[in-house]
Amino acid sequence: MAERIAFELNGETRTVEVAPDTPLLYVLRNELGLSNPHFGCGLAQCGACTVHVDGAPTRSCSLPVSQAAGTKVMTLAGLGTPEHPHRLQAAFIAEQVPQCGYCLNGWIMTAAALLRDTPHPSEQQIRDGLSGLKCRCGTHMAILRAVRRAAQAA
Amino acid sequence: MTQFSIDRRSVFKGAGALVVSIGIPGVAAAEIGKPVKPALSPDQLDSWLAVKADGDVVAYFGKMDMGQGVDVAIAQIVGEELDVPFERINVVMGDTAWTVNQGGASGSTGIQKGGIPLRNAAAEARRVLVELASQRLGVPADRIEVTDGVVAVSGDPARKLSYGELIGGRYFDLAMTWNGKIGNDLVAEGQAKPKPPSAYKIVGQSPPRFDVPAKVFGKLDYVTDIKVPGMLHGRMIRPPVAGAVPVAVDDGSVQDLPGVRVVCDKGFVGIVAEREWDAVQAVERLHVTWSEAAPPFPEMAALYDHIRQASVVKREVPVATGEIDPAFASAARIVEAEYEWPFQSHASMGPACAVVDARADRATLWTGSQKPHFARDGVARALGLPQDKVHGIWVPGPGSYGRNDAGDAGIDAALLSKAVDRPVRVQGMRYEGHGWDPKGPASIHRARAALDKDGAVIGYVFESKGFSRIDIDTNESDPSYSLAGQLMGLPLKSLQGFGVPAESYGFASKRSAWETIAPLLDRGSPLRTAHLRDPVGPQIQFASESFIDEIAAATATDPLAFRLRYLKAPRDIAVVKAAAERAQWDPRPSPRPDRSGDTLSGRGIAYAQRSGAVVAIVAEVEIDRRTGKVWARKFTVAHDCGLIINPDGLRRCIEGNVVQGTSRALTEEVAFDRAKVTSTDWLSYPILDISETPEAVDIVLINRPELPPAGAGESSIRPVAAALANAVFDATGVRLRRAPLTPQRLKAALA
Ligand code: FES
Ligand code: FES
Repeated sequence: MAERIAFELNGETRTVEVAPDTPLLYVLRNELGLSNPHFGCGLAQCGACTVHVDGAPTRSCSLPVSQAAGTKVMTLAGLGTPEHPHRLQAAFIAEQVPQCGYCLNGWIMTAAALLRDTPHPSEQQIRDGLSGLKCRCGTHMAILRAVRRAAQAA
Repeated sequence: MTQFSIDRRSVFKGAGALVVSIGIPGVAAAEIGKPVKPALSPDQLDSWLAVKADGDVVAYFGKMDMGQGVDVAIAQIVGEELDVPFERINVVMGDTAWTVNQGGASGSTGIQKGGIPLRNAAAEARRVLVELASQRLGVPADRIEVTDGVVAVSGDPARKLSYGELIGGRYFDLAMTWNGKIGNDLVAEGQAKPKPPSAYKIVGQSPPRFDVPAKVFGKLDYVTDIKVPGMLHGRMIRPPVAGAVPVAVDDGSVQDLPGVRVVCDKGFVGIVAEREWDAVQAVERLHVTWSEAAPPFPEMAALYDHIRQASVVKREVPVATGEIDPAFASAARIVEAEYEWPFQSHASMGPACAVVDARADRATLWTGSQKPHFARDGVARALGLPQDKVHGIWVPGPGSYGRNDAGDAGIDAALLSKAVDRPVRVQGMRYEGHGWDPKGPASIHRARAALDKDGAVIGYVFESKGFSRIDIDTNESDPSYSLAGQLMGLPLKSLQGFGVPAESYGFASKRSAWETIAPLLDRGSPLRTAHLRDPVGPQIQFASESFIDEIAAATATDPLAFRLRYLKAPRDIAVVKAAAERAQWDPRPSPRPDRSGDTLSGRGIAYAQRSGAVVAIVAEVEIDRRTGKVWARKFTVAHDCGLIINPDGLRRCIEGNVVQGTSRALTEEVAFDRAKVTSTDWLSYPILDISETPEAVDIVLINRPELPPAGAGESSIRPVAAALANAVFDATGVRLRRAPLTPQRLKAALA
């Protein structure tokens, strides 16, 4: 049965009426009309759906929306804007990282939390921190360059 | 909401098919050109480009960019020929109403072939505009110069007319000639000759991609984000045993889910729902009784035996020089080996998605397919509509590396939309992205070399045998090549194709041949084979370039020296030398003499030609002896694809090839049992993890302005697996002849 669930999305309070077991990803995309994040696997294996929930990188395909009630949800579009880009977004543009770019939520949102918690990560910390995310186009080299560049911009 | 609208689509310059109207306001006092656009046709200059009132230019590109900046290169080419700044060129692609069918993304020919009509059209437009300006300014054309889209009298720059003033907002209405070939080979030309490369100013620079900022800010709409009014969400249901068909479908099993409808036609079973999540749940809950189909596949462990024993459907011998049999008869020594390569999956980052609004007399298709014109044709056939009544609109999708699942989603959506009389968005689930996409073919490769008493190669035979690279045609223009069509009973019209090594070794006698075998299931197979990035290139070159090293090792020769001894084509020699030099190649035979310790290191080289490009790669690996795990630590790539249009874009394209190539060489293998594909997610079909990324990919670009640009989208994936296998041999003395080079295999071989 549908329930009323409220959370903060990119700084605005939003309320939806959906079945509480609906994954947050479907609510963001369909009830709230976001184009991004993406469905990649629905299995918490790829990261295409990553958002921050109370600051923690979270795979929204696998989080029932009921568990997002009362939290602060932030998506890639909320991380920064062309006018005020997050330093990772600036770095991903400078390094021209994406091919298809369908994977970007995972990399940027996960790296944003990594750099927040570890402002000057070692190469190993970057690699370990991003491990498990997928990029099928193989932009790995550029991703690492961009994260290093953003870390240096801190 | 991301309701689909023209406005929203025009926000990002050049990003995909976003610009659909060139807008013709203010046709002030133009004396030339026509106000009405001639019908879209390859022989009309207006089909290729338009000058807007403000002088901005729109280029209509009938191929696609799949995230490697081909559209940027096209803008560079068009700006170059027109003498208009790059920033003022917009590229429209993938919309069947606005672009002619240049074949879509296909065989890395976006620039190589796709750029030709655009280059010619831009040169022709410049010629005409200069002629018109010369009339209006009253000076001969040879006293005219063009700078940044402004035509001025030489030495008298105040006398000038801009392109916008000359024709902005109007149409040339000028005929060109064309060769009548729709698709990759389409060539159209006017009277003008394009510039010589020595005059290039924009070509050779590295302007950034159009689409990157929108992607990075989460603002680019993908095909998955298209929403049209009244749209329903669709999901497909695939048989649990390949070849089974539904006997009974129990609609009641999904009755409690609101608004769910089941569509069933022979083997085609789908679901639509108002809410996407309901459609997803309905797929899990729907109770279908399937026919008892005999499991069609061999045991996975018996795959290569199956290929060995299968009867040959087609054999071709593209290379046959010298006297093979006498060479082997007189050989002092014969070296031979056999290699194996598995089925591989496109495993695109998102499962395929398409939206179709099918009406009684027309339809619209939104697709991420890399061949939207052909996708449109397929949807038209599936719906029984004339081609010109279907509008195909390409919207960027998850990365596509050939004939992936996107080619099936359009026809799924079309059939569902027609059945329920509403627009339908279909997206696959992950198990479909891995489990039901067309696969890169599995194969075996046998190589034999005859050596004389001095170790010189006097005979060489290389034969591949495998599933056809085109069981499914390269595009989806015919429903019989779609999953939906086949599940509904259209028989597979398997085409036959494979390939031979692309190299220039000048052995005294040489034969390269291929053989294809029948598909494992004649329709609707999750192991049907089709083009996957550099179709059959990685597997063939894995075998052929591994074998070159095996001959070198058999004669205790340095692998680099061995190649240089036999290579004939000067560009091939140049890339091989360039890669070796940059990598500071240590000349000695493989394997390395000291192979002690738990961490083993080694280097290997491999090279390949591909459709006018040539690439050599040195791989340096580190191997953990205890686990058998290979880390591809460093690659050095020497790359020659003729004239370079955009060097930075090319470098990133090469990096992507090398990383994807490493992934396919080290980890990727489709798993299956007798009934179905069992590698249906990222755990069962792992790809290279970021933690396993090379430390460096060092790239040497060899620019050849005297040559036309060749494709770079696939050339550098070709030699990666062989370079790695050769490096593993160098490090360990173990020759792995079965891909992928997994830790289990290497550990077992080292034990
Ligand atoms: S879609 Fe959520 S992790 Fe893949
Ligand atoms: S850029 Fe395509 S999946 Fe990462």
